[in-house]
Amino acid sequence: MSEFLQQLLNGLSLGAIYALIALGYTMVYGVLRFINFAHADVFMVGSFIGYYAGKLVPEGTLWGGFSVLLAAMLGCALLGMSIERLAYRPLRGSPTLNVLITAIGVSLLLEYSGQVFFGAAPRTFPPIFPSQNFQFGSLTLSSNQIAVIVVAALLMLALQFIVHRTKIGTAMRAVSLNPRAAQLVGINNDVVISFTFGLGSALAGAGGILYAMNYPSIDPLMGVMPGLKAFVAAILGGIGNIRGAALGGLLLGTVETFVSGSQWSTYKDAIAFGILIIILLFRPAGLLGKFTVEKV
Amino acid sequence: MLSVTDLHVSYGAINALSGISFTIEQGAIVTLIGGNGAGKTTTLRTISGLLRAKTGTVTFLGEDISATAAHQIVARGLCHVPEGRMVFSNLSVDENLAMGAYLQTDAARNARNRDYVFTIFPRLKERLRQTAGTLSGGVQQMLAIGRALMGNPKFLMLDEPSLGIAPRLISTIFEKIVEINRERGITILLVEQNANLALEVSSYAFALETGRIVMHGDSKKLRADPQLKAAYLGG
Ligand SMILES: Nc1ncnc2c1ncn2[C@@H]1O[C@H](COP(=O)(O)OP(=O)(O)O)[C@@H](O)[C@H]1O
Ligand SMILES: [Mg+2]
Repeated sequence: MSEFLQQLLNGLSLGAIYALIALGYTMVYGVLRFINFAHADVFMVGSFIGYYAGKLVPEGTLWGGFSVLLAAMLGCALLGMSIERLAYRPLRGSPTLNVLITAIGVSLLLEYSGQVFFGAAPRTFPPIFPSQNFQFGSLTLSSNQIAVIVVAALLMLALQFIVHRTKIGTAMRAVSLNPRAAQLVGINNDVVISFTFGLGSALAGAGGILYAMNYPSIDPLMGVMPGLKAFVAAILGGIGNIRGAALGGLLLGTVETFVSGSQWSTYKDAIAFGILIIILLFRPAGLLGKFTVEKV
Repeated sequence: MLSVTDLHVSYGAINALSGISFTIEQGAIVTLIGGNGAGKTTTLRTISGLLRAKTGTVTFLGEDISATAAHQIVARGLCHVPEGRMVFSNLSVDENLAMGAYLQTDAARNARNRDYVFTIFPRLKERLRQTAGTLSGGVQQMLAIGRALMGNPKFLMLDEPSLGIAPRLISTIFEKIVEINRERGITILLVEQNANLALEVSSYAFALETGRIVMHGDSKKLRADPQLKAAYLGG
């Protein structure tokens, strides 16, 4: 039983990180209908911002940890908005395939610039937050795991608030449904799209910090696998659906952790992707997605 | 108030408008009638900035808006209720109205506009929390008009408000269109395939055929015109 709870906690904290990344994929898909493959590398840059910002603050303090988190979120928001402005906006109105290929190009650009600027060798992420283990019976909970779950939960609540209770969030939903109608009420689609990239990238930046806190070896290609998993999580939840992305991330992280702890651990990725295929066979639009038919 | 001069618009190789010109005076209800594919929707989309003309100009309140972005045209008081309503079906009625006032910063005036929308369309008030996609076509049309009114328009363009709507709601909606014009002094450009109805509520009419204006005049006179009767009013 305690073994089960332990794995569940580990799974949820991994899943919360996948969820944070998946949200960015799904929100961008919502407004632009394409997969921003460079998103995984924004996550990687978030870790590196944290690595360098971590040198400026004392290790193991709450204020230091939160400053690093904030720096990574802001830096990634700016990076995401710049990518949209420079790479994707000039292609507005071109076929989706062109934009997808551009996204792959931006992804490679970030990965190889990362190797040039940060070096290809892995670095050890500093312990930015105070670190302690809590023991509940046979259950061990590290303060890093608690930080991941708490920070991810707060960010997802904040996102929920922005999307459903603010004017810009409502405009995001309007643009994602019908960009033309949005223009006709005076919404500047470019501003909303830019905001969406900023928001999604900030979450990826936070994900980069939380991931590096628990898996402290970081390198310029570190975004590839978590990015792929988060992409799968977004599809699993129903691409374009914000709650779906959160659910998909938690589910995938949990399944992966349970499989890793079992005798089939070698096949953990195969099993995770196998589950994706099975779910999509039965629910082609994902768990919470629906094929919306526009009433005209 | 609005004038369009020698507008040419095409979709790739297809010419949708081949040089149309007209002027609309402040305070009027003017209608643009014509069969399916005549170019009515294209005309409205070009005026509201969703499409760009190949040549020709659109002038609103004395200023050339031919190159102005759609969201900035709304800011000048020109609102477009699109064909097929295009309400935000994933948002509530309340949120749709809030989006209509996206650029409006005067809270007191927004509240007055909202009250006015509820006065003319009380059903919207009853369904404030309902998701717009679950409303009937007629109520969605009311919402689309209400949403445009929240933008505090001086000039309102309506694209086939009778399309796909229960007959008993069509007359309500047309009465309200006349009311909006009389009570609020909002100038209206009404696009319709249902020429009978459109000529009844308007004072002036233009008839469009394959991208050209083929006839225009006082709506009353046109209703009696044998040529127009044959073409649009079913003889
Ligand atoms: N998106 C489009 N792509 C290509 N051709 C179009 C498009 N929209 C309209 N057209 C063509 O332009 C012409 C005018 O269409 P439209 O303005 O929609 O007419 P109406 O509103 O009077 O029915 C038609 O020949 C139509 O086929
Ligand atoms: Mg039309």
